[in-house]
Amino acid sequence: MSEQTAVEAPIRGSSRSTIRSRLHRIDSRTAPYLYVSPFFVLFGAFGLFPLGYTAWVAMTNRTLLDPNWSYVGLDNFAALIHDSYFWNAVENTLAIFLISTIPQLLFALLLAYVLNTKLRARTFFRMFVLLPQVTSLVAVALIFTQLFSHDYGLVNYVLGLFGIHAVNWEAGRLSSWFALSVMVTWRWAGYNALIYLAAMQGIPDELYEAAAIDGAKPWRQFRHVTIPLLRPTIIFTVIVSTIGGLQLFTEPYLFEPLKQGATGGSARQYQTVVMYLYEKAFAGTQFNFGYAAAIGWALFLLIGVISLVNYLIVRRIRSAEA
Amino acid sequence: MKTFLKTPRRRATALATVVVTLGLVATAVVASTASGGRQDTVTLRVGLFGDFGYHDLYTKYEATHPNITIKEDIESYADHHANLAKHLAVGAGADDIESVEVGFIAQFKSQPNLFVNLKKLGAGSLQNQWLSWKWQQSIAPNGAQIGLGTDVGSLAICYRKDLFKRAGLPTDRAAVSKLWPTWQQYMAVGKRFEKHSPKGVSFFDSGSNVFNAIIGQLNPAYYDSHGKVIVGSNPKVKAAWNVTMQGVQSRESAGLAAFSNDWNTGYKKGTFATVTCPAWMMGYIQGQAPKTKGKWDIAAVPGGGGNWGGSFLTVPKQGSHTKEAYDLVKFLTSPASEAYIFKQTGNLPSQPALLKSKAVLGFKNPFFSNAPVGKIFGTSAMSLKKQILGPHQGDIQTAVSNAIQRVEQHKQSPASSWKQFLKDVKAVA
Repeated sequence: MSEQTAVEAPIRGSSRSTIRSRLHRIDSRTAPYLYVSPFFVLFGAFGLFPLGYTAWVAMTNRTLLDPNWSYVGLDNFAALIHDSYFWNAVENTLAIFLISTIPQLLFALLLAYVLNTKLRARTFFRMFVLLPQVTSLVAVALIFTQLFSHDYGLVNYVLGLFGIHAVNWEAGRLSSWFALSVMVTWRWAGYNALIYLAAMQGIPDELYEAAAIDGAKPWRQFRHVTIPLLRPTIIFTVIVSTIGGLQLFTEPYLFEPLKQGATGGSARQYQTVVMYLYEKAFAGTQFNFGYAAAIGWALFLLIGVISLVNYLIVRRIRSAEA
Repeated sequence: MKTFLKTPRRRATALATVVVTLGLVATAVVASTASGGRQDTVTLRVGLFGDFGYHDLYTKYEATHPNITIKEDIESYADHHANLAKHLAVGAGADDIESVEVGFIAQFKSQPNLFVNLKKLGAGSLQNQWLSWKWQQSIAPNGAQIGLGTDVGSLAICYRKDLFKRAGLPTDRAAVSKLWPTWQQYMAVGKRFEKHSPKGVSFFDSGSNVFNAIIGQLNPAYYDSHGKVIVGSNPKVKAAWNVTMQGVQSRESAGLAAFSNDWNTGYKKGTFATVTCPAWMMGYIQGQAPKTKGKWDIAAVPGGGGNWGGSFLTVPKQGSHTKEAYDLVKFLTSPASEAYIFKQTGNLPSQPALLKSKAVLGFKNPFFSNAPVGKIFGTSAMSLKKQILGPHQGDIQTAVSNAIQRVEQHKQSPASSWKQFLKDVKAVA
């Protein structure tokens, strides 16, 4: 009926039908924006505004309890550049990131390849690899901390069976990085494997058949068919892993025996950048929000730079079009 | 949708449905936010970081004050104080009564405008109820009293009789107390212990616990009377460090971090023979290692006196029932209440009248071989001198715990660890 009146409007000229058609035009033009607006409103309130506000706080010397504070410009950032504890945290974060991500993604690729073959109970295995992702992060961190305990942990017990001296995982630098990487790999390998699997299943079989006819063995097929076609997916997982890996906090925070300090071990051997931010902002008595905000923005820039670097590296995988 | 709402009748029905639904939702919202019950019922919330033994006291208070309901919130030690700071900064969310441990009292009393000055509600007349050093600990720089004391930690040494026996040391508590009148002699006993100790057993649990105990006996320690940090210049602090390092380098320390999982397991498995023990540690040991009942005993602490822990009950100003909250605080910290709590949990009263009373002096703890804990801890508490605490006490403590652990974990020599500790202290002070 509304279409009828719209057609009849120019002839009849009744005011009711022109309002109607105008409303209809407004509706069809603005409705799409209204449908996406909830997301942008929420993002603006909880994403964009805090980003901007943090940048503002980073240029002050605000603390939590003290009502007196002042604008200090870029002093916090200047102090950050000379702060050896900050660079120590950056080094720890990058090291843990490399140790946890590179083997993890390679393992995920292998896992996806295996899950793509004609296994029995395929669906069960595919669901099973996602299980670590679903468990509570805090529970996982606490349990792995127990496993890596110096005197009573299961890992040292098993090493002892092979005659290897007990390792103080939490106290050492490399050992703590390794323990944390195990936690991260355990959690994310299955998730990334399923992403690779989904992409692999989109590769048409004819390409593999053609390669097989040309005499390519499975490894060469993998290298020359699967990987190039997986390139966009690999880029995606590398960038997402970079962003997540550089923000690592929960696992190292719970790895620490004494939670109050959040110093990442007695010599800050596994303190990540977010942990350093937390230490400055909330642990202890300083509540130095200005400095912590500067750390937050420095991390943002760091993630941007490293993501770009990773993207440029992964892009060098020979593309499928080449 | 347009075709569904074709007829005026359907449009009217749809409109009516929406209005009724909104009306129901609005009513529900209003009903849930309206204060429940009678106009004069007051709910007081008490924020704690552990079991203070107050449950029966709440029941007693509610019976004599029928318009008051009491609810308790318990969080972990670190979370409780961090959340309190956040609620105070934001101006909302704090409980009516908030407990503050002595490690944090200096930080909070430096912002006295966030708390009710209890002197204004009449607390000044109660001053003599408490040990004078306990009363002073919660007085703000501007003279306001922001909290009333609950318990004090006091200090002694809890030791495992059976492990001492196996190492050839005396086990009777009077004899043991005579072994170590000073901390140097404590470390010397440790060397004797290590010579014949059972495998895998260290003399003490953690260098930082020993260090903190020694610092707890000093006045001044980290801060001078003008509020300046004197860690680097105070020779007594360096002496405490030296004697602790003596013990650590003689391998007398189990190298554990206090309150960590390994430390808790250490109680169960007996990996250390002595531990610096405030009164509240007794309850902790009983909870962690119930099977070791009767194997423990308590001796005097080297150096005499000392205090580790103890809390205060404060009333944040942002609460809406500060007068009622203060009345409850007065009740919970009254001599009768503190005597009752002592019997329940072993938490030592902070009031000299109680510490001299027969009930406390005669109290023996069967878990600790019937040691006269009231006498041991009470004597230590009475002989403590006033100590000045500063706002960044907690940060200095974290820095020194890490510094000692670095030496225990063979990462740095005592000299370089001390240098780094001083650098860290300068950064927070």
